Amino acid sequence: MTDRSPAGSGVSPRLAEAPQDARSAMTGTGRLPRALHPGAWWLWAFGLATAASHTTNPLPLALLIAAAALVVVRRRGNAPWAFAFRLYLVLGAVIVAMRVVFRLVFGGGQGEHVLLHLPEIPLPAWAAGIRLFGPVAAEQLLGGFYDGLRLAAMLVCLGAANALANPKRLLKAVPGALYAVSTAVVVALSVAPQLVESVLRVRRARRLRGAAGQGLRALRGIALPVLADALDRSLALAAAMDSRGYGRTAAIPAGQRALTGGLVLAGLVGVCVGTYGLLDATVPGYLGLPMLLAALATAVVGMLLAGRRVHRSRYRPDRWRITELAVAGCGAATAAAMMAAGSADPDRLYPPVSPLTWPELTPLMLLTIVVAVAPAWLAPPPALAAKPAVESAPNPPDGTTRSAPRRDTRQPETPR
Amino acid sequence: MIEFDRVTVHYAEAREPMLREVDLHIPEGELCLVAGRTGAGKSTLLRAINGLVPHFTGGTLYGSVTVQGRDTRSHPPRDLADVVGVVGQDPLAGFVTDTVEEELAYGMEQLALPASVMRKRVEETLDLLGIAELRDRPLRTLSGGQQQRVAIGAVLTSHPQVLVLDEPTSALDPTAAEDVLATVTRLVHDLGVTVVVAEHRLERVVQYADRLLYLPGDGTVVDGEPAAVLADIDLAPPLVELGRAAGWAPLPLSVRDARRRAANLRQRLADATAPPTAPAHDGPPALTARKIVVRYPGTVAVAGVDLDLPAGQVVALMGRNGSGKSSLLWALQGSGPRQVGTVTVTGPDGAIDPKTLPAGRARRQVGLVPQTPGDLLYLERVDAECAQADRESDAPAGTCRALLDQLTPGLPGDQHPRDLSEGQRLALALAVQLTAAPPVVLLDEPTRGLDYLAKRQFAAVVRRLAGEGRAVVVATHDVELVATLADRVVVMAQGEIVADGTAAEVMLASPAFAPQVAKVMAPEPWLTVDQVTTALADAGTPG
Repeated sequence: MTDRSPAGSGVSPRLAEAPQDARSAMTGTGRLPRALHPGAWWLWAFGLATAASHTTNPLPLALLIAAAALVVVRRRGNAPWAFAFRLYLVLGAVIVAMRVVFRLVFGGGQGEHVLLHLPEIPLPAWAAGIRLFGPVAAEQLLGGFYDGLRLAAMLVCLGAANALANPKRLLKAVPGALYAVSTAVVVALSVAPQLVESVLRVRRARRLRGAAGQGLRALRGIALPVLADALDRSLALAAAMDSRGYGRTAAIPAGQRALTGGLVLAGLVGVCVGTYGLLDATVPGYLGLPMLLAALATAVVGMLLAGRRVHRSRYRPDRWRITELAVAGCGAATAAAMMAAGSADPDRLYPPVSPLTWPELTPLMLLTIVVAVAPAWLAPPPALAAKPAVESAPNPPDGTTRSAPRRDTRQPETPR
Repeated sequence: MIEFDRVTVHYAEAREPMLREVDLHIPEGELCLVAGRTGAGKSTLLRAINGLVPHFTGGTLYGSVTVQGRDTRSHPPRDLADVVGVVGQDPLAGFVTDTVEEELAYGMEQLALPASVMRKRVEETLDLLGIAELRDRPLRTLSGGQQQRVAIGAVLTSHPQVLVLDEPTSALDPTAAEDVLATVTRLVHDLGVTVVVAEHRLERVVQYADRLLYLPGDGTVVDGEPAAVLADIDLAPPLVELGRAAGWAPLPLSVRDARRRAANLRQRLADATAPPTAPAHDGPPALTARKIVVRYPGTVAVAGVDLDLPAGQVVALMGRNGSGKSSLLWALQGSGPRQVGTVTVTGPDGAIDPKTLPAGRARRQVGLVPQTPGDLLYLERVDAECAQADRESDAPAGTCRALLDQLTPGLPGDQHPRDLSEGQRLALALAVQLTAAPPVVLLDEPTRGLDYLAKRQFAAVVRRLAGEGRAVVVATHDVELVATLADRVVVMAQGEIVADGTAAEVMLASPAFAPQVAKVMAPEPWLTVDQVTTALADAGTPG
């Protein structure tokens, strides 16, 4: 599975989309190009990952990866993170290879179909139970491959969500009570590159003074100006945010503030207890699922109350529409169908490696895949695909731009 | 609109109050220019308008500041966000989000405006500032002028009645600065926004201003018509100085005003001998560069430049932001990248390419003061910096301090370099670099943030360096400075040298690089007020 536009689709995905858009325009507004709510993509991806975790059968696993990749190729935008998907594919391949190599090195030689004999490295007595190399059996490699593929499939599913959903928009969608936290994250994300820039600038300047640029003295010579710079900049940012109205809160009585704080805290403690109760079979039943649900409800109420304090609105918020529901539903249905297939026919989902058998597909598995890949058509085409990637264009079309737009940052004249 | 009632601002660590008993009334729809020397309290005055002083900066504010009936004592900056919009000197430092559209919406989100209103205002503002094509661009990829316009747009979306701009054009090249100022004047004229703007280069803004607030530095504020205030202060743009020399009243504030009055002056000077063009420096070149190419991934910064720097000559390097000036300077110094070409410095040690030397010896061939001189300084005291510079250059102890005293006499040695004013910090960085006694001195945008007096001192320092037989290159946007300082002007564009000649040749040839005096006196070849006054004195008593 490659990470490119489908072959023969023309220059841009949007061109390929056009006739289909015209056909389906009657069915509703869902087909207008727009960015889907990032939460929908994440729910869909979690559904697929859950489904992948319930099988080691390479056939549905490979099909799940293929489904995720198809959806990504058809529905991703042209932002930088959208092209990180191939990294996840590469990482998945590495995981599979690692699992197989591990089985080869520490194999243990179970299985009858020995493929090759590697010389075994004798280990001292204290390492009993560990074997290095020795005979390599097909069963053992296949087991490693199945395991690795399952892990890789889960990873690729989450990678798909990362490619499809704008991480910054996901931050914007957090509840109002967490607004301050999400602002801090956004600011930190923008500060990091600035910090790197000022380290480079100061290091160059240090060379002008003839400093060697190494050792503790050099560190001091670089760290002090950089830190002073960062401090100045964060003060400037804080002043700017303050003057632009950040932190205008509606007046609320102290009692209510204490109430919301208490609710959130109690809820979070309750969630911990509930999770423990759910996982530990020895505690009374009421500490399990009921506790968890009650605590979650408490925390949510607390957050909603706290969110009412934050008096602000959102510019072009992502709305949760019917399409979002459908995409998230596809994820849930995929997970449910795979679980159903597992309870109906566990042997098919976990094909034995010993004796060696061919993995098989059941109709239910196929249905799972069909549901998983549905968002490739259900979801609206991405709005970003219509635009060229302006930021990477060498010369943006405007009069004031200079010959080197990439250097037009704070210190436009500084060579890198 | 803005009322200052007996306002005194006192910072805890300062002996004298920054502002003293200031009474001001700025009515609606005015463009109000704030001028004064560095450290005279311009920023304090501006920041008091939206309550950043004292809510954010600390210190004590006596009296009261009222903006549209809201007292800043009871209203912190965030509660004035819908009335006052503040844009800082460095727009990038004030950006909260990372794309243009989100940045425009940020302020409105804080004010909890309905989504439909926000959508409409973002579109309006994009059109108003002419940045519609930038809407999806990441803020960091914009040019300086674009960033400044986005920063203005980002506060405009909240529909403030007052716009406060702190040196909006100090980092911009002349064209980008014109763009931003045109935007500001348009806001004043079309939308009736009250604008309060601080600016060092008065010549850019003063002609648009309805009122000038001058801060002499003792905490008081002189308030009045620009022409009247300018008549008797020492901080004057070249046009005003020309008007004083020619005895015009009221003083001209724009080139147009001056030109209409200058017919008589031009006639008087018609017989005067034209100012001597800079003496031809055919001396031995101190630095010879051939076919310099500097390339960064995706761009070519310097595209095959040949440059000779004769000893004793001051060369001004001009060109818009991003035209390769800095890259060329860094390549000449040897610390920056240089893919192709040769640099030869002919000094006391013979002909050497500084790039082949270790950093400690390269600086004895070519000294470079970078754009932010503070980057060179990292110790806690001025004395410590000087001692360190002596050690680095194997110079006798006290060399750097002696140089510093020549540049700015009487700088206290126990001060922290970060507490110095821009001009003092530049002097210290320059002294540190001069300690190594390089025959070639390169200065990258040295006059950013300097006021007229500091600039005049700086020009004298540079002339002295040239007089000592050094080759000096000054990269700058400041045409007035170049007119008073440079023997030769080199203009770069897209990494190439597009013009190279004596200051008079290059500056008189194009309106973009012509100083104000040249525009007034054209077609006569006068560049500076000093030249005109000297010629007037020679011509005898005015008839």
